[in-house]
Amino acid sequence: MWLYEKKLQYPVRIKKPNPQMAMYILSQFGGPDGELAASLRYLSQRHHMPIPEAKAMLNDIGTEELAHFEMIGAMVHQLMKNASLEQIKAAGAGTWYTDHDRATWPGTGTGVPFTASYIMSKGDPIADLYEDLAAEQKARATYEHLIDLADDPDVIDPLRWLREREVVHFQRFGEILMKLQEHRDRKHVF
Amino acid sequence: MTGLRESLLNQIRAVEFATLELNLFLNSHPDNQHALRDYNNHVRQLMALKNEYERNFGPLINFGFGYSRCPWQWINDPWPWEYDSGRGY
Ligand SMILES: [Fe+2]
Repeated sequence: MWLYEKKLQYPVRIKKPNPQMAMYILSQFGGPDGELAASLRYLSQRHHMPIPEAKAMLNDIGTEELAHFEMIGAMVHQLMKNASLEQIKAAGAGTWYTDHDRATWPGTGTGVPFTASYIMSKGDPIADLYEDLAAEQKARATYEHLIDLADDPDVIDPLRWLREREVVHFQRFGEILMKLQEHRDRKHVF
Repeated sequence: MTGLRESLLNQIRAVEFATLELNLFLNSHPDNQHALRDYNNHVRQLMALKNEYERNFGPLINFGFGYSRCPWQWINDPWPWEYDSGRGY
């Protein structure tokens, strides 16, 4: 069961429309290393975790990623909402406008739809945790690329905050990987 | 009213960030008594702030986790993704 808390985890208050930046940021909404992929990856993998620490961590980080998905959606929405057609055309977002007007949609800014093939749930807890560690690093790198592309402080501030969360998640997953290895070594001798 | 709402939400964000961080930390360090004490202290603060928000603005959390006055306050604008620089929150 999930409940909705009527607030963003961290504020998003973008004053200046910028359709080009919206197209870039969409990758963290429905792209390969985005927040939706992160959430679905952890919430799928949690079912086969063998130890309480791992179940809790995947459950809770999977939940936090949904709050990040929400922040990214808010960023895209605020960057597109008041954009003029001239701005949209100049930003090369005319193809987006054709299919979506100024709507938010889980896919990249180049129109590639979200797909479950971005994620894996292998059924092997250690293999899955290695994927999760890599995923957090890729998400961190994506945020760094977005920060390089951004020039508006209203955009950079939440991006930096989200980048920092990937660093924390990486740390927590690293601790879980060690516990899973200890658990494996206690249980099986190959 | 807008000022009070935003100020309460900011305080809730700050305290809830601490409880979330401590929650994740405790998931991998369940025996850490210092972190656990810290977590429980922040929970108390978070509950008090959440109650104050709800007394003024209605439910912060849906599906029965907050009281509402009439008319039903949950549907009140603005929603979290809405920000209009001209209007503020
Ligand atoms: Fe993450």
